[in-house]
Order: sequence, then C-alpha cells, then structure tokens
Amino acid sequence: MSGIVRYGSYVPFNRIQRSAIGAGRGERAAASYDEDSASMAVEASREALRELPEGAAVDTVAFASTSAPYSEKLNAATLQAATNLPKSVTALDLGGSTRSGLSALLAGIDMASAGRTVLVAASDVVVGAPSGPRESGGGDAAAAFVLGGNGTEPIARLIGRASCTEEVLDVWKSPGMPFAKQWEERFGADVYTPLLVETFGRALADAGVSASDLSRVVLDGTNARVFRGFPRPAGIAPEQILDGLAGTVGRAGSAHAGLVLASALDGASAGDRIAVAVVADGVDVAVFEVTDAIDAGRPKHSVASWVESKRNDLAYTTYLKWREVLPFEPPRRPDPDRPAAPPMQRAERWKFGFLGSRCNRCGNTNLPPQRVCVVCQAVDDSTVEPYADGECRISTYTLDRLAYSLQPPVIGAVVDFDKGGRMLCQLTDVDPDNVGIGDELEMTFRRLYTAGGVHNYFWKARPKR
Amino acid sequence: MASKGICDRVAIVGMGCTKFGEHWNRSASDLLVDAVQEAYGSAGIEPDNVDAYWLGTTGSGISGLTLSEPLKIQYKPVTRLENMCATGSEAIRNAAYAVASGAYDLVMAVGVEKLKDSGFSGLTGSAPPGDGTESGMTAPANFSLLAPAYAEKYGVDLETMRDVLTKIAYKNHYNGARNEKAQFQREVPIEKINASPKVAGMLGIMDCSGVSDGSAAAVICRAEDAHKYNDNPIFIKALSFVAGPSEGAKRQDYDFTTFPEVVESARDAYVQAGIEDPREQISMAEVHDCFTPTELVLMEDLGFSPRGQAWKDTMDGRFDLDGDQPVNPDGGLKSFGHPIGASGLRMMYEMWLQLRGEAGERQIADPKVGLTHNLGGAPGRCVSFVSVVGL
Repeated sequence: MSGIVRYGSYVPFNRIQRSAIGAGRGERAAASYDEDSASMAVEASREALRELPEGAAVDTVAFASTSAPYSEKLNAATLQAATNLPKSVTALDLGGSTRSGLSALLAGIDMASAGRTVLVAASDVVVGAPSGPRESGGGDAAAAFVLGGNGTEPIARLIGRASCTEEVLDVWKSPGMPFAKQWEERFGADVYTPLLVETFGRALADAGVSASDLSRVVLDGTNARVFRGFPRPAGIAPEQILDGLAGTVGRAGSAHAGLVLASALDGASAGDRIAVAVVADGVDVAVFEVTDAIDAGRPKHSVASWVESKRNDLAYTTYLKWREVLPFEPPRRPDPDRPAAPPMQRAERWKFGFLGSRCNRCGNTNLPPQRVCVVCQAVDDSTVEPYADGECRISTYTLDRLAYSLQPPVIGAVVDFDKGGRMLCQLTDVDPDNVGIGDELEMTFRRLYTAGGVHNYFWKARPKR
Repeated sequence: MASKGICDRVAIVGMGCTKFGEHWNRSASDLLVDAVQEAYGSAGIEPDNVDAYWLGTTGSGISGLTLSEPLKIQYKPVTRLENMCATGSEAIRNAAYAVASGAYDLVMAVGVEKLKDSGFSGLTGSAPPGDGTESGMTAPANFSLLAPAYAEKYGVDLETMRDVLTKIAYKNHYNGARNEKAQFQREVPIEKINASPKVAGMLGIMDCSGVSDGSAAAVICRAEDAHKYNDNPIFIKALSFVAGPSEGAKRQDYDFTTFPEVVESARDAYVQAGIEDPREQISMAEVHDCFTPTELVLMEDLGFSPRGQAWKDTMDGRFDLDGDQPVNPDGGLKSFGHPIGASGLRMMYEMWLQLRGEAGERQIADPKVGLTHNLGGAPGRCVSFVSVVGL
C-alpha cells in the first residue's frame, strides 16, 4: 500500500513577534530576505531526500505553493536542480489554493500507487496586508514528502481519504492584487464546518477506523472559526487535536498541513493513526497509519528543532522591507546584474546542485569545479564532488557595509570544507555580533537577489541549526 | 624562467598629471587633453613626434579612440588596455617594451579614469554576463580580510593593529597635504581616522583610498635618445607583471597575510634591476595602498620589512616622508586619490619629480632608486606590477 516513505520540514530562522506588529501573542516565522517558497522547498526536500531507503528513486517532483516565485517558469525545475534529482523526472507545479499542499500529497500517493516515486514539496511565504489577520496569523515554512508504493517501505501508509470541493468565495487573490482578501469569517464557518464533518466521516469510513482510533488529528484551514464546531459532531476529543503551531510559526499557507503532519510524525510510534484535514475551497482529509519503519525514517531536523532554532527580534519595518511592502532608500550602489541564461545553464550543476570537482591526479577539490586543477594543473581530469551537505567552517570573515543587500551588513566569509575546498561566500541567518573564526557552518540554498524579474538562486553558508 | 628585463635601456623623458579629485566640470576627454598636453610640454615635443600611444582605462572608454578622438591624434596606433587597478602601470610597461624592441622611437603611455560620474559609492564595474554565483563582496571587504589575519599571525592585538592602520592613513594624508595635485590636501587627525564610519571589517572610510577622477601621461624613448628630449631623464631599471592563478580564493593554505603575486613580481623586478637588498637599496616607493592594511602587507611582500615586522617599521616611522624609506611620498592612493587607469602613471609621476629634485616640500634627500607597485584584484586573486626606476 502506498504512503509516505520519507518526510522533511523547514522553518526559517527569523521570527517576528506579534507584539511588534501590534497583533496579539506569540510569533510568526518569517522567511529571510534571501528566501522564497522555492528555496524553502529545497531546504525541506533536502531533509526528506537525505537518506532514502533502497528501491526509492524519485522520478516525479511536485511543488505546491500559493506564492511561487515564478508565475510562468517551472518552479519544480529549480527544486529538481537544487536537489540533484535526475533530469528524467516528471515535474509539476501546483497552487491556486492553500489546500494545494495536501492535494499534492494525495495526488503524489496516487502516482505512487501507479508505480512512481514522488517528491512533493509544499512551501509558502505568506504576506498579508499590514495590520490584517493574515499578516499576523500567517507564517512562512515548507514541508516535503517522498511518496512511494510497492517496493518501498513507507513510514506511514495512507489508509483512508475523502475530498469535497465547494465553489465558495472565502479567500481570493486575483492577478495584480498585492494581498489576498477574505470574506467575513462567520460566513465561511457556516459553510465549511458541516462539509468538514461530513468529509471527515467519509475518510474514516474509507479507512475503516473510528474517531477514537486516531492518535492525532491535524486540522488546518483558511478560517480557524471552522474548527470550533467540528470536534463534537465528529467525535473527536480535544486532546487528539495536534497543536497547529499558531503561536510559534503561524499558518504557512499550502505548507501548513504538511508541516503539522511532519510534527505529528516526529512524535509518532508504529501503529499510530493520524488524520489530516485541510479546509480551503472545500475539504481534503487523509488518514495515515504509521509503520514500523518510522524510527529509521525520521529527518535530521524535527519541526520542534526548527522552531527552537530562531532569532525573534525582527523589526516590523525590516520585515515589511523584506516582503517588498515598504519602499526604502536603496544603497548607493549599482543594482545587481540580472544573471544571464546561458551562463546559468552551463553552471547549473554548480549554481543549483552545488557540485564541485575533485582532481583525479592529486585529489585536490576545486570550488567551483575547474577544468584545470588549481594545485597540480591537471587538465580535464576530475570527478564530481558534492558539497551541499559538506561540513565546513569559517576560515576568516568580514562585515561588508558597502555591498548591496536588503539586510546590511553582508557577512562575507572564507569558508573551508572539511573534505577540502574553499569558497568565498555570504553568511546568512547569522548575528553579526556573534560570529567567529572556526564557527561550524552548513550550506543553505538561497535567492541572492532578483533582477529583471530573474531570481538569482545560489548557496550561502549559515551557522549550524 | 623570468623576464630578461630592459634595465637602463628605456627612459622617461616627460610626464604630465592632472590634479586628482572630483572633477564635476571635466570629462575623461578633458582630463586626457590636460595630462597629455602637460606631458608633451614636459618632454618639449610636438604631437607629430610621438609614434604610438598606450591608453590605460578600466571603464572610462573603450578602444584607442578614447584618446585619439579628444587629442585629434593623426592616424597613429593607439592601444587601449586594461589590467584592473594596475592598468596605468601596464600602459607604461607595454609602451616601454615597444621602444625597447625598436618598433618605435618615441611613445606615450597614458592613463585616465572618470569615476565620479556614476553616482555610486566605491568602485563600480561592468562584468560580462554571468551565472550570478560571484560572492558580491566589495573591494574594501575583500581587503579588510588582511588586517585580522595579519594581527593573528604575528600576535598583534587588534588595538595595536588599529593604530598601525591609522598610522598608515595619517602618514599618507600628511604627505598628500604637501601635494597640490592630491585629491585630499589636508592632514587628518588620528582621532578622526580612528572614528571614521565603518565600511568593512576593521576598515573605516579613512582606511580607503579616494574615489576620484584624473589622468596622467609619460613620454618614453630608448635610453640613447633620452637627452635629445630632456636634460634630466629617468631610467627604467625593471618592469615586472604577474597575474596569479587565483589560488588563495580556492586553497585552504592561503592565510591572507601576503600577496604571492606581489612577492613574485618583486622578485622578478629585483633580478632585472640587480637589487639584492630592497630594504637598503630602494630609496623610496609608491605602493598600492588601496586600503591601509594593503600597504602594511606590501611592505613585507616587497621586502622592505622582514615578515611580521612591517607593523613595527610603520609605527617607528621608517616609511614616513622623513624616514629611512619613504613610502607614498605623494600621498598614495589614500590621499592623492585612485582614478584606476591613471594611478600607475601617477605613481611614476612622483618618481619623476623626486628623482629630478622637483618634489618641493615633499622632496626626499638625494633619492637614487625608486619603486612603484600597482595591484589589481583582491587578496588571493590578483595581478601585481612592480617597476624600479632611477637616474
């Protein structure tokens, strides 16, 4: 039976306290100025792809988001390139509703049942109108799942499902609108709650389990009011409902159900049954049963560890600047050049895959890959050396207050890899006052800047999270 | 393997140099006209006498037309060249080799840069279309890596290191204050240097060279013809140029306390010029003080100070105008300003003045041998030029 083979999550380092926005308690996750939904999807996917079981070779990539960096140009291709998946993959983008994350997961399981092995990454940068509930209640995060069928050993099998689609004006955003709008929530609750109860019941029936058999229930939707009237008619006890991370992350759009499901899997034991429901433009419900493989299938980072690793003093004006809501005085430096298509194509394995080279003659590693070895000058005699997961540390560094950045100063570091090789690269997710020579780093996929509508993706280093 | 050199076979018989600074009312063409006319006059020649020209500029024009058009040069060879911040020195080197070869009898090397029209802080440049993976760090950031690395390697505490950098800036402004062509002609108090707004790492604004406009030119011929044009020519003893393989940016054993490119170009130049002890034999030097720690490291790479000792020599006043081995007597890039393509020629202009006893208030007593050093790029990834000149 098909199901989840591996999973991963990602919560960005920065949080903004809701008190800084003047909107309630807790904090929300905020993608950094150099992150977007595609780069965060890469981070979550790296978690999910790190140690695939034998027999699981991903041949399909799906990216789900309501904040895709490109509205035309396949974002899933960025994901494929940055995770070094084969070019033979089928790749697709999904969106249009924050339900798309769970929809993609269900579609991926269907594809797995047809013999495919599917990477589904859901990711969103949720930008609400200033002072509105979407701004304070939203969050930025990503979740990724590898889905497989026969021949792979899932950590959680899909044992039941049900869907409902409703043409309703709840949340909407037309092209050109800077922010999504939402109809009066009392209306949405009255429409959705009965649909949720009914669809949830069908999913349990499909799974052949009763509400009390569920160890965890993940509830997510555009309208929190919907869930008030849900547990009692559905026969769910409050303690079955998993914390929705509202106080620590915020609702991360299409990624949110996956993120909370990941946190459920982080704490799950074999035999646990987990139901996931998303209410947006209708309802999707999936019921999973956790298998014995769960302990071998957990990612390096749990959701809780991401949540714990943070800096939460982001200023509201900085946040608005990062999200391009607030115009600001640019540095007195030229705008960065738009990266050019042919050089990016030629350098794809370096720029996206972060693959260096190792000289076959002297063993030296070259970053970026070199045709002529910098040590022994051997020509065209090297093999590919992957670096994305390479252990590395700061050899020396400087704070560059002149360089163009949305978050000056740029911290430029000479980064030396334990496996050999050096590169000069920018640090990110780092406190300039708390950085030192010898600090351990890890690489992270980022959007350096956007010029001419072209997103310039490359790798940076960050202190270990 | 090394360059054979052209020691004493080529002479400089005339030079011109504009004031460096923010020339809001002068174009690159205007600056070229000014510098070249001054050089013609200095050598006592007419434009017709010059057989060929080399023009160095990094971004103020392309092709020889940048020079031939404003000067109305009459159908002669004009080569435009670029080698980052060492561009001006490359114009001298290539022009000198052309007369040494016998292909021409009298040539001119010219450099120009018009930086202040961009409206931006610091240097700007147009790179070829790229893949977007460059680090994006600015020049001050790259060079700022030198200071903490040097301090750590030689056990200099960071407070002392700050004093050393400040001393270099203070010295160069002191010298520039005695130079009517310098961009900044004022001494700058120690406290002001120490408190200048931070740009990168330990470096403040006052650790950075001046961004400016300017032009300079030299008239060059074979040594045997020199006295036809000038009673007091100066002679080229060595010209050396090195482009590194960019090892420091890629190899973990590079520690940011030296420029291997400078070490090699200095070694080559000293062989050409027959210099065995640069600390004793070089009377004075104009070096590439793009940022204060660059000058510190150069003192060791050029062999003026033993390794780990340049900071002491600097503090002891060895490189002051009245010290044993004055460095950047004209104010250097720091105070004279750094219009890229013109800087190498500006360095030579100071040698021209000093060796001929024309440096006025800055005159060094009886200099015999001068050195110019010009660098382009960043620590770990650069080009380096060294010349030795004398009487």
